[in-house]
Amino acid sequence: MTANAPLGPLVSRFYGRRRLIHEVTELPPFQTLIDEHAGDVMAVCRGAVGRGDAEDCFQETFIAALRAYPKLRENGNLRGWLITIAHRKAIDHHRARGRRPLPVAALEEVAVSDPEPADGIWEAVGALPPKQRAAVTLRYASDLPHAEIATALGCSPEAARRSLHEGLKRLRKELA
Amino acid sequence: MRDSLNRLARRAADEGLLDVAYATADSPFGPLLLAGTPRGLVRVGLPNQDAGELLGDLATRVSPRVLEAPARLDEARRELDLYFEGKLTEFDLPLDWRLSKDFRRRVLRAIGRIPYGQTRTYMQMASSAGNERAVRAAGTACGTNPLPLVVPCHRVLRSGGGLGGYGGGVEMKEALLRLEGVLGS
Repeated sequence: MTANAPLGPLVSRFYGRRRLIHEVTELPPFQTLIDEHAGDVMAVCRGAVGRGDAEDCFQETFIAALRAYPKLRENGNLRGWLITIAHRKAIDHHRARGRRPLPVAALEEVAVSDPEPADGIWEAVGALPPKQRAAVTLRYASDLPHAEIATALGCSPEAARRSLHEGLKRLRKELA
Repeated sequence: MRDSLNRLARRAADEGLLDVAYATADSPFGPLLLAGTPRGLVRVGLPNQDAGELLGDLATRVSPRVLEAPARLDEARRELDLYFEGKLTEFDLPLDWRLSKDFRRRVLRAIGRIPYGQTRTYMQMASSAGNERAVRAAGTACGTNPLPLVVPCHRVLRSGGGLGGYGGGVEMKEALLRLEGVLGS
């Protein structure tokens, strides 16, 4: 199916649509995502949950991605997609740890080997509505620019900026 | 990182998320690419075929959940090794036939029954598949064989005695026939 079908606007519109439908199935082999982005995902996990739990976060991220992959509707920014999942898994992890009483020694170990943001921030981030939460973590834990956040979230850069702004406003209020 | 990725492949298989596992295997002709689904071996890539293209094709036609996970291909690799050493004359592997359809699949199944060290013609294969006049289609079935070596399309020759083509190159076809004692060395 070529993009430059020289058969008039109606026909090319038809082909355009066909091409879109076609692209739904045009996902690269999952192994290429691993080859290209495993390092980044591991880095995000280490940054978000600390070295000790990074491996779990990494596994959860790729298993969740693998589960969802065949239904993914666009392949424009697979790295952003993986990193968004990694952040969600990191937040799940922090939430679970918040609920589960941990032995003090283990807590200290984490704190010594890998300084993390002050207590309560991740819980507060985790409590944000999904879009705001994703925008905040993508911006501040992964350093993604607004345009990439927008692609990762599947919205316009304006909407991404707004989610980020709303999320930060709410966090300031929560943590004040 | 190696350990993490091995663990991931194992877990993907355990959770039923490893739709296509692949691995490379050495051969006297160069590296082979082997791919398997939970049903069986689905694709053998010959050394002159582009591995990236082949994996992309599997992602589109079978599932994009394609992972490098050699464990599922261990038995296929073992049998191929023995075959190249001349110590195995019949493969005993579960096969996943989904990449061939209808007439082509019938031709390939018939090819799968040609014994080691024997040859047939394209015309005989067309006839075994139920249409003796479809010689050209039988040739296409051989040419698009997703499971070369294991489904031994190298044992199919032209009626006049010519070797005919081979996906891995005619030299490879000749070498395989020599290995099986069909052609003198």
